[in-house]
Amino acid sequence: MDTTLKVEDLHKKFGAVEVLKGVSLEARTGDVIAMIGSSGSGKSTLLRCINLLETPNSGRVYVNGELIRMKPLQDGTAKPEDIKQVERIRSKLAMVFQSFNLWTHRTILENVIEAPIHVLGLPRKEAIERAEILLAKVGIAEKRNFYPNHLSGGQQQRAAIARALAMEPSVLLFDEPTSALDPELIGEVLQVMRKLAEEGRTMLVVTHEIGFARDVASEIVFLHKGHIEEKGPPREVIGSPKSERLRQFLSATRH
Amino acid sequence: MDDSLALFIEIVPTLLAAVPVTLVLTFLSAVIGNTLALPVAVGSLSPHIYLRYPSLFYIFVMRGTPLLAQTYLIYYGLGELFPGTWVQQSFLWPYLRDGFWYAIFAFSLNTAGYTGEILRGAILAVPKGEIEAARAYGFSRFLIFWRVTLPRAIQICLPTMTGETILLLKATSLASLITVWEVMGTARQIQKVTFRVYEPLIAAGILYILMVFILTRLMMVVEQSINRHRLASV
Repeated sequence: MDTTLKVEDLHKKFGAVEVLKGVSLEARTGDVIAMIGSSGSGKSTLLRCINLLETPNSGRVYVNGELIRMKPLQDGTAKPEDIKQVERIRSKLAMVFQSFNLWTHRTILENVIEAPIHVLGLPRKEAIERAEILLAKVGIAEKRNFYPNHLSGGQQQRAAIARALAMEPSVLLFDEPTSALDPELIGEVLQVMRKLAEEGRTMLVVTHEIGFARDVASEIVFLHKGHIEEKGPPREVIGSPKSERLRQFLSATRH
Repeated sequence: MDDSLALFIEIVPTLLAAVPVTLVLTFLSAVIGNTLALPVAVGSLSPHIYLRYPSLFYIFVMRGTPLLAQTYLIYYGLGELFPGTWVQQSFLWPYLRDGFWYAIFAFSLNTAGYTGEILRGAILAVPKGEIEAARAYGFSRFLIFWRVTLPRAIQICLPTMTGETILLLKATSLASLITVWEVMGTARQIQKVTFRVYEPLIAAGILYILMVFILTRLMMVVEQSINRHRLASV
């Protein structure tokens, strides 16, 4: 199977604090990688370094085999060599955020067609057709003309997932997609994500839902203090954790 | 009393005839001023000091000095530059002889300063997450500004801008001091002709109230259509 996403030796510092201390990761087409770890372990930062919402200090990110070209700077940070390349690659890495981040001045349908029209250059009619199929798929077709603020958190997050799918991305990046939701709304979002995993979509999911990670992920990555402490199939990682830290983390989160 | 009423009836048509002048002053200054406010606001937020400092200085001066002083400076200052130069022969001269265009110029520049500052605050108030979402989906910087930041910022500051437009409408009365016969100027002229102090002022006041009332209603409709997303139900 093809490697869709490859991350090599990623380092990220915020000031003097090193949040990522050389992380490598590989996702083949259809992989669902769940990233778990306590807060501050660097998992969200890792996700945000992949689409360059945060600029890594060093390391390499390949998307569909294409390296995102970076230029090291004097002060130890780096910046993209070509912002157009970054924008093009971002359009293949659709992100779903913890706090949805829908554009509140646009209706649900407008949110879903916005980037396909303006970034991918899709004709409006086609974008709308695509959006309607996706909104039906995530179960909020009847909310298409509502504004985000009129929807529940779960519905907003499903709309955000439809927005991500409308880009027909190579990889879906989920940044704690259920952490801002009321407990009774978490299920509906996880169910949609489960469906996407079954379709064979390549997904990178930062999550606190250990149960979801165990059932859906093809691989679990446990991050601790900027390192990958342990990774492997869910059965092994959750079933028989090797490191003491992972054991502690699992016993603290499971109940 | 009968006397006053008769005078009222007599002068109202004259004042009404001046209403379009006030409205055009307000409308043109608002359109030009609010358009100029955009580069002022964007400049004031620029990381480049050569853009940021001049913009902030512009806002500072426009907000820090009386509109009347600005109007006089532009009318008498600029007005003194042109006579005897090539401008006098050019097609611009009919405009540059007329206080009306100096008034538009002064009010527009002033509005650009005030609205520029309001827009600056509104741009800063746009939720970071919505901008980040646009970045994450591959929007260019221009596209982010045009499709997300600006429409959101306008939504945020629209109620304040309505208030500013009402202030502008009333401020256009200053144009009477540079020979523009809008409502206030016409009222003062009537005072001089009739030797009556209060009736023309009261009649002008009533007309301003009516204009402000209609303007407020109009802006309410605009606000509602722009802020649909905030309404409780659809």
